[in-house]
Amino acid sequence: MIEIKNLHKSYKMGSNSLHVLKGINFSVKEGELVAIMGSSGSGKSTLLNILGMLDELDEGSYDLDGVEIKNLNETKAANYRNKFLGFVFQSFNLINYKNAMENVALPLYYQKVARKERQEKALKYLEQVGLKEWADHLPSELSGGQKQRVAIARAMAAEPKVLLADEPTGALDSKTSYEVMDLIQKINDQGNTILIVTHEPDIADMCKRIVHLKDGVIIEDKKVEQVRAAQYVQ
Amino acid sequence: MFNKDRWKEILEVLTTNWFRTVLTAFGVFWGILILIILLSAGKGFQNGIMVDFGDIATNTMFMWTQTTTKEYQGLPKGRRYNFKVEDVAAIKDQVPNLRFVSPRNQLGGFGGNNNVVRGIRAGAFNVYGDYPEYIKQDPMTITSGRFLNYNDINEKRKIAIIGEGVKRELYEEGEEVLGSYIKIQGVSFMVLGTYKKNSNNGDGEEGQKEVFVPFTAFSQAFNRGNDVGWMAITAQDGNSITSLKEKVMDVVKANRRIHPEDDRAVGHFDLYEEFGRIQSLFGAITFIGYFVGILVLLSGIIGVSNIMLIVVKERTKEIGIRRALGEGPWSIKGQILMESVFLTIISGMAGISFGALFIYGVNALLDSVGPVDMFLNPSVSLSVVVSALVILMISGLLAGFIPANSAIKVKPIDALRTE
Ligand SMILES: Nc1ncnc2c1ncn2[C@@H]1O[C@H](COP(=O)(O)OP(=O)(O)O)[C@@H](O)[C@H]1O
Ligand SMILES: [Mg+2]
Repeated sequence: MIEIKNLHKSYKMGSNSLHVLKGINFSVKEGELVAIMGSSGSGKSTLLNILGMLDELDEGSYDLDGVEIKNLNETKAANYRNKFLGFVFQSFNLINYKNAMENVALPLYYQKVARKERQEKALKYLEQVGLKEWADHLPSELSGGQKQRVAIARAMAAEPKVLLADEPTGALDSKTSYEVMDLIQKINDQGNTILIVTHEPDIADMCKRIVHLKDGVIIEDKKVEQVRAAQYVQ
Repeated sequence: MFNKDRWKEILEVLTTNWFRTVLTAFGVFWGILILIILLSAGKGFQNGIMVDFGDIATNTMFMWTQTTTKEYQGLPKGRRYNFKVEDVAAIKDQVPNLRFVSPRNQLGGFGGNNNVVRGIRAGAFNVYGDYPEYIKQDPMTITSGRFLNYNDINEKRKIAIIGEGVKRELYEEGEEVLGSYIKIQGVSFMVLGTYKKNSNNGDGEEGQKEVFVPFTAFSQAFNRGNDVGWMAITAQDGNSITSLKEKVMDVVKANRRIHPEDDRAVGHFDLYEEFGRIQSLFGAITFIGYFVGILVLLSGIIGVSNIMLIVVKERTKEIGIRRALGEGPWSIKGQILMESVFLTIISGMAGISFGALFIYGVNALLDSVGPVDMFLNPSVSLSVVVSALVILMISGLLAGFIPANSAIKVKPIDALRTE
């Protein structure tokens, strides 16, 4: 599903250049649930942003579902982001003047799905994350965990090939974190490919594979026995 | 692009900060208001001047005799002379592209003695000896009977066409006019028609107090012999009288033995030249109206552009989120352009409506205080409103253009990182 080879990325700040990713080789198959771990500043987000086509790589190659991601114009990039990728952010990134349902329906709007169908689908996904009754609430009326569940519903609404989550539990307490992880595991159980950036070992243990990043290279890449989050919920 | 959600978002964005939106809108409102007022004032001025021209054929010149100022062929300077009937034929013969050459003779005039009498009533009117074509040079509406014709000319009939103003002074209300007789300086003429002119000469009253009789009958009745007092000469369409008048005067000078360079011997008034001068003045006034209006509007547009930049900046993060979710750059640009055009058009429409109201008020005021010199019925035409709307549309697009581009200039990831 994802295939990257010899990926390099540096940030230029004036005359200085910060080499963040120094040759990453890594691939993900369909249905995997991968945790990307590493200490703060190790380049996890940078990697995820490149995978999510929010940022561009300097060197190396990136194939997503057999399509080479290279020199795309913004229209094409937007189209791929819309069809192939779903994002979940640490800070939720809901649009604050739109209610839960409208937020979830947004990616469908960009796909030009008709209004009625959009609303039905959005409600279906909200139901899956257990927030159907909150459909007409604004983000400001939701708790952190609820916001993240809306964000997950929104990321899934366009039925992407890969779900990318950057510290999805970073702003949540541990109980809520486990609820969110439980949801992510269930989505993965349905066959969806998911990558999660985290620096919390207990969250990483709930995935099926852990990739460890340090100083811009992968120092460890192992399969793990998945810890089910459901046991911590309720 | 024009769906409900789009519009909902546009309204949401514009209504989140009412005060700011209204202030921004005011710039455009003010610009368009000034544009409309300037153009309508120009139009009012134009109407005020044009009404003085009445319906007169503007490709016309009037020509009369003055005294010579140069000696020529043994004739002294300071000599008085008259045009002759032969001159009319000579002009028609030798100058091409003339439509009408009407010789005229005139009696009476402003503040003269009473020269027209009917029974116990009398009045001082301008009495003209004219040819039938004259009605095409100075159009008038025949309100009863008819105008002069060539039978009248050939048979030197003593008939008269009188103005409504003459009728009012010489006749009782409802009295039969056609077939009745009036005495012009002691000579009886039968009235066969009445006319009305669209006002010229400002008050418009003088124009209704004229009497037209056949040129030939006039000459006979008042002993003018072959003399012609003055002429009204109209050029054919596509030729200006201004370009032909030299030739006309050369013919007259040759016939009347006037020095070819004695320009002051023949007096003339070139309506076409005068009209053209006034037309270009109106052109300049309209231009100034557009120029000033558009400059004021421009500052309003810059205001809109500025606010749109701020809106885009404030919404950088939101735009980043939307791009992460896969909204295309054209959709984002389109939304910002639509916001800008919408804001511009709404405020512009308010300006146009307010301007219309203002013009309406001025017209009502003018109606109530009576006519004002050189100013009449200020108005803007539909074409001005349409061009104002087009200007607004284009301005809105221009105002939104830079902000729209700046919205997608940043990388999505940088947009997401801003707080
Ligand atoms: N836009 C940027 N410009 C400059 N430096 C950046 C930028 N984004 C990240 N960095 C730097 O790159 C390094 C890796 O950042 P990041 O990928 O966010 O790490 P992580 O997510 O693992 O904490 C950090 O040192 C960070 O300061
Ligand atoms: Mg990070």
